[in-house]
Amino acid sequence: MSDTLLEIDNLTVDFQLPTGTVSAVKHVSFSLQPGETLALVGESGSGKSVSSTAAMRLLPELARTSGAIRFKGEDLLRATPRRMRHIRGNAISMIFQEPMTSLNPLHRIGRQVAEVLEKHRGLKGRQARAKVVELLEQVGIPDPARRIDSYPHELSGGQRQRVMIAMALACEPELLIADEPTTALDVTVQAQILALLKDLQARYGMAILFITHDLGIVRHFADRVCVMRRGELIESGPTAEIFDTPRDDYTRMLIDADPRGRKAPVDPSMPVLFEAKNLQVRFTLKKRLFRASEHFEAVRGIDLTIRRGQTVGIVGESGSGKSTLGRALLRLLDSRGEIRFDGQDIAALDTAGMRPLRSRLQVVFQDPFGSLSPRMTVGEVISEGLRVHQPALDRRQREARVIEALEDVALDPAMRNRYPHEFSGGQRQRIAIARALVLKPEFLLLDEPTSALDRSVQVTVIDLLRDLQQKHGLTYLFISHDLSVVRALADTVLVMKAGQIVEQGATEEIFANPREHYTRELMRAAFVDAA
Amino acid sequence: MLTYTLKRLLMAVPTLLIVITISFFLMRIAPGGPFDGERQLPPEIEANLKAAYHLDEPLPQQYLRYMGNLLQGDFGPSFKYKDFSVTELIAQGFPVSLEIGGLAILLALLVGLPLGVVAALRRNSGLDYAVMGVALAGIAVPNFVIAPILALVFGVLLAWLPAGGWNGGALPNLILPVIALSIQQIAYIARMMRASMIEVLGSHYIRTARAKGLSERQVIWRHAIRPALLPVTSYLGPAIAGIITGSVVIEQIFGIPGIGRYFVQAALNRDYTLVMGTVVFYGALIVLMNLLVDLFYSALDPQIRYDD
Repeated sequence: MSDTLLEIDNLTVDFQLPTGTVSAVKHVSFSLQPGETLALVGESGSGKSVSSTAAMRLLPELARTSGAIRFKGEDLLRATPRRMRHIRGNAISMIFQEPMTSLNPLHRIGRQVAEVLEKHRGLKGRQARAKVVELLEQVGIPDPARRIDSYPHELSGGQRQRVMIAMALACEPELLIADEPTTALDVTVQAQILALLKDLQARYGMAILFITHDLGIVRHFADRVCVMRRGELIESGPTAEIFDTPRDDYTRMLIDADPRGRKAPVDPSMPVLFEAKNLQVRFTLKKRLFRASEHFEAVRGIDLTIRRGQTVGIVGESGSGKSTLGRALLRLLDSRGEIRFDGQDIAALDTAGMRPLRSRLQVVFQDPFGSLSPRMTVGEVISEGLRVHQPALDRRQREARVIEALEDVALDPAMRNRYPHEFSGGQRQRIAIARALVLKPEFLLLDEPTSALDRSVQVTVIDLLRDLQQKHGLTYLFISHDLSVVRALADTVLVMKAGQIVEQGATEEIFANPREHYTRELMRAAFVDAA
Repeated sequence: MLTYTLKRLLMAVPTLLIVITISFFLMRIAPGGPFDGERQLPPEIEANLKAAYHLDEPLPQQYLRYMGNLLQGDFGPSFKYKDFSVTELIAQGFPVSLEIGGLAILLALLVGLPLGVVAALRRNSGLDYAVMGVALAGIAVPNFVIAPILALVFGVLLAWLPAGGWNGGALPNLILPVIALSIQQIAYIARMMRASMIEVLGSHYIRTARAKGLSERQVIWRHAIRPALLPVTSYLGPAIAGIITGSVVIEQIFGIPGIGRYFVQAALNRDYTLVMGTVVFYGALIVLMNLLVDLFYSALDPQIRYDD
């Protein structure tokens, strides 16, 4: 066992909260050999991040740890703070899930990388700067000699994560802890970052402890896998073994959690519900008094037809204009071009003119935490639209409709007097769907409704959406960056890039036979296998 | 940056115009006039005086006349201090007001910021509760209550410091008014700095700094203090405005010959031109200070750049 790099031995982490003690990690043991990649897998609340953060002794003060975390035989839980500071960023370094906020916004990136070199290697001035340029070059920052003086906000999310990696690798650590390093990034960027990590691992021979909820990544990236659930380690073994012969039901469920089922295409004779011609949206970046203002063309001339009963999926990376397109169609944003809903030209309608149509056009947003008012009970949230659109209903009738809507989304109607914070993410998204359904709409704009949810919860929400579509004859416009979700739900797919449609067609057709390079790249990056 | 500064100065014009207009008419709506003394003036003399100062004209005409003079930089004569123009009075009083106001802001920052930082670092300790409790009291008690208490205790009972008067700006005369003026701002700044420091300490980039192996001292000094200062910096505009309005009362209480005292007395005496002069001056000062604060903010935060 002498060559074991990291050994987590019977680790328990409790958080002492005012409301009582919460055990985040319970008697977890695993180990990591030099140069190995171990994936720690689990859904939110499984304790995977807490375990790895404990190894760096970076948990908040409320945390109580017991057991042992041995790094090359030395128990880190008993190391002095001084000794820990020597290890952090030097022998063990860490990259995080939030590339946008993990760098100090007020310091130039070069200085932030150089700080590690100064601390652990005593490099200063020109020497440090030369080394930083070299590191930035290695992690693939273009024009590093100039970029070294950039501030974080001048870089994209992917580039910031590269800077974090440069910082983590500056002292050539023996262990890199990567806590969901690609979760916040677009799929193509994610693929680049993973390739970079693999490449650097080969060069430096470091071990990687890779924390993720995404099994697609694990299969391609890790040597061994540990599956965690509710603070316990439930299964571990070589990656191939875990994927081929999972012993635990939960592991099996995680592996199978790719949403299943397909939607049959809608008969082309179905009436057209939504039609847009040459739709354009532009945002004013800078208003100028005497010169032409600066604009950003978010949607550049899109033609779109949605038939009744169809689910049109829009895929694309962040900034591709997919959400803007959805909002423009529903006249939640100003746009140019023609929009017809159910035969009526709605492009020219003002707010008051749109109002009667609003109950037929509903939206469900991505963030199940931010989009429900925390001060209203679930019943109030759901019935609010009824008060506006059907003021004739009395209290009892409204109540009946709320109950009906909650039953539709498979929630207990007795819960309608509770507040949103008492519900899980998946339940809140069901509430958001019930809020939309209570008005009996014909059309739902679903803007990344499953992106914030764990894979296993996603599957149930997708099933629910498909059932509701059947039951109520709904038409969906489904926006997502997640190709496997779109594949399960949509019968037609539009692939968007830079405000334009680069490819469209029947879902099965696109997935089986993507014509455009960009579409193929998206699929490869997302590890979606051709059917 | 230059274009931005010019734009902001241009935008100050309508702001000041509104301030001037409202105060002009408010002042005239208030009952009484500049010549209603304890001694009743003979009607003929009063009429002559009014005619001399154009107070017999219709109000809109007076307003236009005032604005016209103002455009030429003429604040008019004071009605009460007959030998002085308003400009002269402001020029006399401003250095005095600037001295106690500037010292008060300096004191507020020098005391408030460290208190806030210490309270944040020792969050939920006895020290934190003590600092925040005192700060809350400092906010709750208005300065016109604090000032007489300070004068009573340190000026009269203990007799350590003069209870009032200016004495050419001698140090002992400065201490009490400056403290009275800054207490509220110390309290605000300490509370803001504490809150913003706590937020910054919980941020992701502080976690990154710790993960680099930096010591707590390095984490705080290099990575936490400057971002935590940003919200406090944007508060400096209102803080300066608070000090200026506070000085109106404080100067009166301690008998300090600054603009604030003129302002109060002018308002009581219906010295229209002097009131208007100080209002215009204060307004311009506050607008200017806010601009300086915003420019300073952009120097602190590279994410803010005024390039247009």
